[in-house]
Amino acid sequence: MQVIRRQFLQGLATVSLVAVLATGPSLAAEPADWAGIKEAAKGQTVYFHAWGGEPRINAYIDWVAGELKQQYGVTLEHVKVDDTANVVARVLAEKTAGKTSGGAVDLVWINGENFAAMKREGLLQAEAWAERLPNWSLVDVEGKPTVRKDFTVATDGLESPWGMAKLVFMHDSARLAEPPASLQALAEFAKANPGRFTYPQPPNFHGSTFLKQALSDLIDDREKLARPVDPARFEADTAALFAWLDALHPNLWRGGKAFPQSVAALRQLLADGEVDIAFSFNPGDASAAIAAGELPDTVRSFVFAGGTIGNSHFVAIPFNANAPAAAKVLANFLLSLEAQARKEDPAIWGDPTVLNVAALADADKARFAAIDLGKAGLSPSALGPTLPEPHPSWMEALEAAWAKRYGAQ
Amino acid sequence: MTPAALRPATLAIAVFLVGPVAAGLIGTALPALGYLPAAGAREMSLTPVSMLMETPGLSRSVLLSLGSGLAATALSLLLVFLLLAGWMNSPVFRVLRRLLAPLLSVPHAAAALGLALVIAPSGLLVRLAAPFSPALDRPPDWLILQDPFALSLTLGLVIKEVPFLLLMALAALHQVDALPRVRLSESLGYGRIAAFTYAVAPQLYWQIRLPVLAVLAFSTSVVDMALILGPGLPATLSVRVAGWMGDPDLLIRMKGAAAALLQLGVSGFAVLVWIAGERLTSNLVRYMATGGCRLSSDRTVRALSLVWIYILVALAVASLSVLALWSVAGTWHYPDVLPRRWTVQSWLLAGSDLTRSVSTTLVLGLSVSLVAAVVVVAMLQEGVRARGQPVLRHGGAWMSALVFLPLLVPQVAFLFGLQVLFLQAGLDGSWWAVALSHLVFVLPYVILSLAGPWAALDPRYRLLALSLGASEAKVFWRIRLPLMLPALATAVALGLAVSVSQYLPTLLVGGGRVVTVTTEAVALASGGSRPLIAVHALAQIVLPFAGFAAAALLPRLLVPRLYSGTFS
Repeated sequence: MQVIRRQFLQGLATVSLVAVLATGPSLAAEPADWAGIKEAAKGQTVYFHAWGGEPRINAYIDWVAGELKQQYGVTLEHVKVDDTANVVARVLAEKTAGKTSGGAVDLVWINGENFAAMKREGLLQAEAWAERLPNWSLVDVEGKPTVRKDFTVATDGLESPWGMAKLVFMHDSARLAEPPASLQALAEFAKANPGRFTYPQPPNFHGSTFLKQALSDLIDDREKLARPVDPARFEADTAALFAWLDALHPNLWRGGKAFPQSVAALRQLLADGEVDIAFSFNPGDASAAIAAGELPDTVRSFVFAGGTIGNSHFVAIPFNANAPAAAKVLANFLLSLEAQARKEDPAIWGDPTVLNVAALADADKARFAAIDLGKAGLSPSALGPTLPEPHPSWMEALEAAWAKRYGAQ
Repeated sequence: MTPAALRPATLAIAVFLVGPVAAGLIGTALPALGYLPAAGAREMSLTPVSMLMETPGLSRSVLLSLGSGLAATALSLLLVFLLLAGWMNSPVFRVLRRLLAPLLSVPHAAAALGLALVIAPSGLLVRLAAPFSPALDRPPDWLILQDPFALSLTLGLVIKEVPFLLLMALAALHQVDALPRVRLSESLGYGRIAAFTYAVAPQLYWQIRLPVLAVLAFSTSVVDMALILGPGLPATLSVRVAGWMGDPDLLIRMKGAAAALLQLGVSGFAVLVWIAGERLTSNLVRYMATGGCRLSSDRTVRALSLVWIYILVALAVASLSVLALWSVAGTWHYPDVLPRRWTVQSWLLAGSDLTRSVSTTLVLGLSVSLVAAVVVVAMLQEGVRARGQPVLRHGGAWMSALVFLPLLVPQVAFLFGLQVLFLQAGLDGSWWAVALSHLVFVLPYVILSLAGPWAALDPRYRLLALSLGASEAKVFWRIRLPLMLPALATAVALGLAVSVSQYLPTLLVGGGRVVTVTTEAVALASGGSRPLIAVHALAQIVLPFAGFAAAALLPRLLVPRLYSGTFS
């Protein structure tokens, strides 16, 4: 089955590649005509498909819409998505139906396996537009290599970085003073306090991230994760992970018989006092939630001493976008100093910047330095080492193995 | 009898009820059998089917869908019949009757969200009990929501289906002469429940059989409610179908298409089980009746049935209240029974988005239900002209069955095929495409709510007016329309309520560009802000409720003489 599926997808990829080579614009011939792009964008409406489950992010995108209208005459429509995979499916459906222009999606908030799938199946703008945006020069390419490598897959300028993510845990210090500082300590905590820890149900993105974190800690050789999964070795490579999970599950919330469906639901369980530990992919999340009254102000953040998984998230333009010029103007604005500084403020959103703050002029540096990280914020040094994301094939294989083992009890 | 060709409205409606369902089913069946040309899959194969068969937990998903659907339908029907049998014509009943419209206007997603906030271990019920037990200083680790047997989902469905079946039963009661029959049986020494069961229930049941089957088909294939209340390890079949159909991997989508056909089979099988149950029950009733079982003292059963109804009503009221509280909650942590800090922040935050989604929903819902009302009136009038009676009443059996087609076929089974068709036609993502897809589901309800009143009007009004020289048009505008205005207003309000609650059609056909309060509420439900979820759930409830309120008031304002007793 697996073989048939791979051949099928490879065939599909070849077809799309040929199509791209035959019809796509030559990379060198396209000038970085920014003035022309801005002119073309004026009056266009850009449909930005972005996860809509977090009011703070929605409010931030609202602010972007206002600025975009005022500065560039571009109208931004935020299409609130509950799962980015649906957007990929949508563009795929349009390609299937032969809709090569005037597509529903102009810009999509994306990373990881969704980007890998869109790139593989030729669903993205073929030109390397991202690294020709005027604000690309501000991006910290050296210090944050994940802005060009999305889950080990080269971005090739097909998506423009928007923010940084890192797995950060949170605990309520009023109930749990000393949080577990390693994966093993977490298992011991769960054993001593049954029912007070859980994770979102894979294939939920954050649930799968938790599996990848555990695998990074438990696998014999981390280098294996940088390469695609070797199906013949997968079982042996993940044996330690599943043994650890088998021991953990009976001690989880609801005895591992039910899981929260999203990281937001997990945070809600922490707020309700049902669990003692939650986690987020956004280091500013706990502070932002405290500021909004959604978490008690006794909540604090922590990470594993050995490091936690981190990555970047991006925006990408589908091959058949209706307003590609306006989409580029929006992507460029998202990289601007004002947009990035505002985004990093936990009172607004709390999403770390992709820019190289050290290289900025002093006045601009001060703007980032002035951001109050809040009660539960961790300084960049306290965030600990960042572990790289495994190749996307690991995520798919882990999700399938998890569903097989725990999906039907 | 006028041939169908001369009844364009009837024909149009028939085509419109059958067309999208049939086309959508074909659009789903082809990829299920391996045919998806644009993806390079041109050869029929059983690959998607065998992929489906290998899915872990598939049989359990099927059993969950079957079990929760059958149990919810049977329980709802039982409760409705017990309530009618024991309490028809009592003061309690008149109060409950007044609660019908508000309860009916609560969309499934909103009801599920509210119920979850009441029955969860950190929800309202446990918070109320917390002061009395030191063990409850933290929420207990009880598996209530997402329970592996889908009991919460079944409860949620019962809360939503009891009002619907009660409404259908009330409409049918008039046609079966219920009260005199019950009185006669009681005078012969039968208990109230026995009297109702022997003398009224059989006929009443056959009157509402199609709505009951529609409830069954819906309950076995519901998506939004099961997402919120149902189990996750594994989820019910319909939830998994919806997930696979949205997968970026084409092969998984083809497997999803195969699963959608399986869903069709599951709902069909549920109907077969139900029909077997009908046989058994009718034999049992006959056996009891001929055996002279009078059940003359049935006070306990009657009291119990009322207790159950009270519990359901209390849960529904608590759900709505908790939603209202959450929408203005600033800080509300366990075990506080009320929010510690109050704020209208969430309403303000939702402000501009809410205004937009509410106006989209309202324009969409009103347009669709008005168009539906006009077409259905045209159809009913064609029947009136052809034979003095609307078509659904006499000899219109085929039409009565057609009406239920979009309600009997699970949404997930044909909507995905329909989406592909709209895509091919270049209509996807447009307001018109969404309106068309809503019309498929609104039409049946508008037909159902107008057919009865249309047939109930004494035909002699028309005959008398015609004999006095009035034209058919004049009879319609001067006599029938004013008299039918309350029914029309209710039908439009019902249409609006149905349109508001559509989740899958709006999402799939609208491609995310047509944002209604329902798509907004379900999208936010995946997020973490309970106050904002509550705001949108309330917006979802307010629209249909306002619709029913307007339907009750408008006719009084427009045709005051209808209500002054001097209609002339």
